[in-house]
Amino acid sequence: MVEKIPKKDRMKVPRQVMPEQKPEDRRKNFQEVPYGLTEEQALIEASRCLECKNIPCVAGCPVEVDIPGFIDLILHRDYAAAARKIKETNSLPAVCGRVCPQEEQCEVVCVLAKKHQPVAIGYLERFVADYEREHKLTRLPEIAPPTGRRVAVVGSGPAGLTVAGDLIKLGHEVTVFEALHKPGGVLVYGIPEFRLPKKIVQAECDFLAEMGVKFKNSTVIGKMDTVDELFEQGYDAIFIGTGAGLPNFMGIPGENLIGIYSANEYLTRSNLMRAFDPDDYDTPIIHGRNVAVLGGGNTAMDSVRTALRLGAENAYIVYRRSEKEMPARIEEIHHAQQEGVQFHMLTAPIKFNGDDQGRVVSMECIKMELGEPDASGRRRPVPIEGSNYTMVVDLVVVAIGNSSNPLVQKTTPGLETNRWGNIVADPETMQTSRKGVYAGGDIVTGGATVILAAGAGKKAARAMHKFLMEEVKK
Amino acid sequence: MPKVLDNFQISPLVWKMRVETPALVAKAKAGQFVILRVNEHGERVPMSIAGLDKKKGLLTIIYQVVGKTSALMTTVPGGGELSDCVGPLGVPSHVEKWGTACLVGGGIGIAPIYPIAQAYKEAGNKVITIIGARSKDLLFYEEEHRAVADELHVCTDDGSYGHHGFVSDVLKKLLDAGSKIGMIMAIGPVPMMKVVTNLTRSYQVPTWVSLNPLMIDGTGMCGGCRVSIGGETRFACVDGPDFDGHKVDFDLLSKRLGAYRDHERKAMKHFLAEPGCKLADAVRDFKYPDEK
Ligand SMILES: Cc1cc2nc3c(=O)[nH]c(=O)nc-3n(C[C@H](O)[C@H](O)[C@H](O)COP(=O)(O)OP(=O)(O)OC[C@H]3O[C@@H](n4cnc5c(N)ncnc54)[C@H](O)[C@@H]3O)c2cc1C
Ligand SMILES: Cc1cc2nc3c(=O)[nH]c(=O)nc-3n(C[C@H](O)[C@H](O)[C@H](O)COP(=O)(O)OP(=O)(O)OC[C@H]3O[C@@H](n4cnc5c(N)ncnc54)[C@H](O)[C@@H]3O)c2cc1C
Ligand code: SF4
Ligand code: FES
Repeated sequence: MVEKIPKKDRMKVPRQVMPEQKPEDRRKNFQEVPYGLTEEQALIEASRCLECKNIPCVAGCPVEVDIPGFIDLILHRDYAAAARKIKETNSLPAVCGRVCPQEEQCEVVCVLAKKHQPVAIGYLERFVADYEREHKLTRLPEIAPPTGRRVAVVGSGPAGLTVAGDLIKLGHEVTVFEALHKPGGVLVYGIPEFRLPKKIVQAECDFLAEMGVKFKNSTVIGKMDTVDELFEQGYDAIFIGTGAGLPNFMGIPGENLIGIYSANEYLTRSNLMRAFDPDDYDTPIIHGRNVAVLGGGNTAMDSVRTALRLGAENAYIVYRRSEKEMPARIEEIHHAQQEGVQFHMLTAPIKFNGDDQGRVVSMECIKMELGEPDASGRRRPVPIEGSNYTMVVDLVVVAIGNSSNPLVQKTTPGLETNRWGNIVADPETMQTSRKGVYAGGDIVTGGATVILAAGAGKKAARAMHKFLMEEVKK
Repeated sequence: MPKVLDNFQISPLVWKMRVETPALVAKAKAGQFVILRVNEHGERVPMSIAGLDKKKGLLTIIYQVVGKTSALMTTVPGGGELSDCVGPLGVPSHVEKWGTACLVGGGIGIAPIYPIAQAYKEAGNKVITIIGARSKDLLFYEEEHRAVADELHVCTDDGSYGHHGFVSDVLKKLLDAGSKIGMIMAIGPVPMMKVVTNLTRSYQVPTWVSLNPLMIDGTGMCGGCRVSIGGETRFACVDGPDFDGHKVDFDLLSKRLGAYRDHERKAMKHFLAEPGCKLADAVRDFKYPDEK
């Protein structure tokens, strides 16, 4: 155990700085940007925590991780126990430590944030999860005796993986059906290697498989079997976690020119199909010299930083509101700025121009100004007449959001959806309008976050367990 | 991993592969397709369903060597495995009783129209099938089509077998002769589908085509497969692959198919130069049409 320092002195300890690759190096490679805290740094950082009684950080966490509890275990140098503590409510700490917006959740409400800097909760979460994995301290949890109940999980994103992990522990038989050839959802096809190494996602899936979860990849539910057919095959309950995977386009002239990708296509080519490694993988990708990415979210940042790494000379973010309204994580915006991404704020494309081969060569834009607040509370961008100008581009990535993929909804009679096509589920139990069918993650909320999807998975697993034990007779 | 039952050459650059995928086959219908990968590092390639043996759970794919992955497919031996094969994808071909239906297959399109012909026939239609290729040695599946069609017309561009001319010439003759065709389905290279639909537009016969844009996931997730139908963007993998041919923007499709031309050619050259890779002579001597 590390000697605890007096509370008043803890505030004087500066927040540890995450060591990371230098911008000029990392903009040319796909290796992870932050290296992770050293053990020494983690101990110093952990010593800053004030062990508040009212635990505001825990309330700020969507799945209520016992933050002071795991930090205390770090101070006991029992990193594996700290990781297990987190896993009591969040099964994906190595992922969440990297991609959660802690600055809007636990860290923003940290008591230290008021006068000093908040405890680096995300860094610590990542540290213990990595320590546990790298030192092979991951232990299989106790698995309850078989209940004889069978569960089908549709989609292997964070929501589906969480449900699978929780229900297998309770003794149910769990099969995960995934449309793509690898499990992980957005964690494998969307979020790039330099932010979330794929071996970490793989390790999480391998761990579930070791616990007994069966993965059926390359299986599209709704095309192969429908939800009703899964019931006929003897599954007693079904969880739908199919994500928000239908890319939106702008609907402006020239959008089907070659060199205009949805972010999903661009990122899938690079991440899932590993086009960034052409010596080893076959899938092609367009290497733009002047690349414009449309949008201001995490997906846009991931796309623009991928473009830089694939050799772009100029990589632009084109966003119709101002920087303040950008939904991306601040850390990612900073990373992008450091790497040399150029930000064109208050700008909207109105038309794409192509050459005679049908390749995009330029994009006509119009400048915007912020008007009255709209329904989302953000000030509505209004075009400034006569401000049109042309940007030379040879690659455009449209990252303006996704809608829900209708495959499962269309083939499941009686499954209630809202007007955006999202599945309607009870916010506490995640139960849908169909008995025995539960849903959670982006398919219910629309594009949200990893932890909200995982949190929905937790709730669903709890309710599904109750349903399986109380209402399914065996 | 799906097992390959057999995989053999049926014309200089065309192979027939049968894959054991019982669950997929049980669900699949004519007009749908699958996406497969040969190995862990390979591309995902879409392939039409060219035959379904529901009893044995066998899927038939007929593919033409046009680049690296299709060349690589020829190296998978009978008894070997594919890395994965997902499907059935896309919407099955629309089948109803029109009276007389005409199927037009050009080049590799001869394969996917075969199960569709079977489905049309089962629905009680009189089936007229027209198949064509550049020359006699590139034709295949004649016997299979003859067994299903009420009327089979075979043609070659160079006149080396059957009618001398294009499938569209034969179709025009039939239409001019007043054949009461209620429905036409044409599958083949983009220029062929374009010519056929331009022809049938003036005869006002409904004509469907099956589109083959570049695809990745095949589930509507990437939008790479977008096509323009009557001025509206559609995702061919989930909204198609069949579309009303009179509304398709074929020029856009052609252009988009050329998106990775340089990359593909480099990859193929590299692959053919790889030592130790056992390839049939026809594949080893592969040339792009403009290189001959
Ligand atoms: C590029 C990008 C960057 C992001 N960055 C962050 C970040 O930094 N932090 C953060 O918190 N969030 C981030 N997000 C959001 C986050 O990734 C999602 O909110 C989260 O992954 C949603 O999880 P999910 O389980 O609902 O679905 P998904 O992760 O979308 O997984 C759904 C899975 O279901 C499969 N599927 C779909 N239909 C079927 C079917 N019919 N049959 C079988 N399988 C099917 C899909 O193939 C997919 O694998 C990002 C999203 C993107 C796209
Ligand atoms: C729904 C659908 C059904 C298809 N059915 C068949 C079939 O039954 N038999 C058959 O031989 N071919 C079929 N194709 C085309 C086949 O997928 C391509 O020929 C194959 O992907 C080429 O890969 P390659 O590496 O050998 O060639 P590449 O060198 O990669 O490409 C050569 C040419 O093939 C085309 N092509 C490349 N990649 C794709 C792709 N992912 N999707 C579509 N076209 C591509 C392009 O025009 C390209 O210029 C189908 C395509 C689609 C979309
Ligand atoms: S709010 Fe901050 S200081 Fe207080 S317990 Fe949580 S992490 Fe520690
Ligand atoms: S292939 Fe990706 S959406 Fe059609």
